[in-house]
Amino acid sequence: MTNTKPPFWRDDRFWRIAGQLIAVVLALAIVAILWINLNRNLQQLGIQFGFGFLNQQASFDIGETPIAYQPTDSYSRALWVGLINSLRIAVLGIVFTTIIGVMAGIGRLSDNWLVRNIMLVYVEVFRNTPLLLQLLFWYFAVFLSFPKIENQISLWGFLSFSQNGITTPWFNLSPEFAALLLGLTFYTGAFIAEIVRGGISSVPKGQWEAARSLGLKPSIIMRLVILPQALRVIIPPLTSQYLNLTKNSSLAIAIGYPDLYFVASTTFNQTGKAVEVMLILTLTYLTLSLTISLIMNLFNRRVQIRER
Amino acid sequence: MTKQLTWLRKNLFSNWYNSLLTVICLVFLLWVLRGIIIWATTQAQWAVIQVNFHLFLFGRYPQSQYWRIWLVLAIITTLSTITVGAFLGKQKFTIAKLIAPWLSLIWLLSFPVILWLIGGGFGLSPVPSNLWNGLLLTLLMAAVSIVLSFPVGVLLALGRTSNLPVVRWFCILYIEIVRGVPLIGILFLAQVMLPLFFATDVRLDRVVRAIAGLVLFSAAYMAENVRGGLQAISRGQIEAAKALGLNTPLTVIFIVLPQALRAVIPAIVGQFIGLFKDTSLLSLVGLVELTGIARSILAQPQFIGRYAEVYLFIGLIYWLFCYSMSLASRRLEKQLSQ
Repeated sequence: MTNTKPPFWRDDRFWRIAGQLIAVVLALAIVAILWINLNRNLQQLGIQFGFGFLNQQASFDIGETPIAYQPTDSYSRALWVGLINSLRIAVLGIVFTTIIGVMAGIGRLSDNWLVRNIMLVYVEVFRNTPLLLQLLFWYFAVFLSFPKIENQISLWGFLSFSQNGITTPWFNLSPEFAALLLGLTFYTGAFIAEIVRGGISSVPKGQWEAARSLGLKPSIIMRLVILPQALRVIIPPLTSQYLNLTKNSSLAIAIGYPDLYFVASTTFNQTGKAVEVMLILTLTYLTLSLTISLIMNLFNRRVQIRER
Repeated sequence: MTKQLTWLRKNLFSNWYNSLLTVICLVFLLWVLRGIIIWATTQAQWAVIQVNFHLFLFGRYPQSQYWRIWLVLAIITTLSTITVGAFLGKQKFTIAKLIAPWLSLIWLLSFPVILWLIGGGFGLSPVPSNLWNGLLLTLLMAAVSIVLSFPVGVLLALGRTSNLPVVRWFCILYIEIVRGVPLIGILFLAQVMLPLFFATDVRLDRVVRAIAGLVLFSAAYMAENVRGGLQAISRGQIEAAKALGLNTPLTVIFIVLPQALRAVIPAIVGQFIGLFKDTSLLSLVGLVELTGIARSILAQPQFIGRYAEVYLFIGLIYWLFCYSMSLASRRLEKQLSQ
């Protein structure tokens, strides 16, 4: 019996190494070609790569400045203002959208026919239309059609609506901020409602029956028995919705709210530093996304069942 | 009569807080409906929709060439009807029965024909892509991006679950970076930076750049959906294929992928719906699709301030498409689970 070795192209180990080598060579070649082209194009346009522009004077105004900012400040300061504006929207948006989403999700399972169907209509309408369109609607069709500040609509004396936004004794929301917040909240809330509904339906019926036979009230059953179990199913997709909300806040540019993307875009238009601005933008949003993922994963670990 | 009464009692007034909720909902509903009806009949001026109807659908596409779009529509409708018929297994026409096995090939071949009909050339008068506007452009962008992002996403998913570490890490890096960045950033990258990455003599059409952006973005999300399906395949399936002597590519194509894709159809359709809605962002990088044409109509002096009418109208169009896609996916899911 001759024990001939199989030819090398029938050998799995050969392909394992060859496959990776091919992948590395291909990736390097693509990156090299793109890099050479990029350099040649930038040279032709007379643009030098570098982050020196960040210290130059921005010389554009920003509508909403949570920290002190003047047009004489640097681009880095302007981007910083934009980042804080993005964070403001993201944090408030996540809080409100969770409230709305959980309420709508529970409402979808209510025994009350009207509540159930109103929530169904809400979810289907807001989930099936583009967020950008909803933002434009909130801003142009709702907030800009409010009366001027002189004859503002006043609700119960302390909440008033006008073209200057929403005013209360404690704070004043600009129309851009309010439209963005409302748009993001209601859009993401519709998705969260479905996640919450799925999570609650995944809890076995026996849990309801057992809790009821112990004599617990429905609200207590929901809070102490059902939601803790549903959370395990809910949290992973909820995390991606929070990430979506944060990234979608970049649509602020459509209605003129000066978030990070808005400021970055203005910076690019003035300096032409496409590569650098894109790098800053990508790294910042990646950091934001990773932070949210990290927090939610820590939370996720706390609510998971610990088995043995 | 008692039947309705018991229904009311059970569904609306089962106890005191349900009755309270019902009353609050009724008041809210009446208030909203009254507002909408008063606005729609007295304040709204629907002329902006009537006058610009063809603009919403086709934009500045030359009116003398509309027959080409109707032809495209006819092709798509015929093919869809046959496909649905073949899928539901109710082939009454012999023609449908005859071409059912070739359907995917026919769809593939119809693609360049449709592009030729829209764009012209080769005997038809050419229509430059900056005149493809409105719903036409929205549907075209969505369809092309969906078709292209699907295979790219599957490849990325296979790469991510591959046991070659280098390939795996490339795919993870790509997927995670793209998913961490907002779409508008990717579209900006595609419009502004893509030309910088190519040799100076390569001219990329604005529409092509936009499609590249959408595909780069959507493929990363598609990959994650497909990965979910791949993880649902039990090891036994792969081991059985190996035992039969199939090599890795054959195992993947004939055993793993068909099962994996079937498991994640709802997620994939959800991704398609998302992509369809995301085409509205193209209006922010200068393409005149449905949202873009709405913006340009609102800029006409005689229609200034008619935001609510225009946005509600195009909202309805988007909604009809998205909702029918989600209905179709639910039926498909049911069909496959039987």
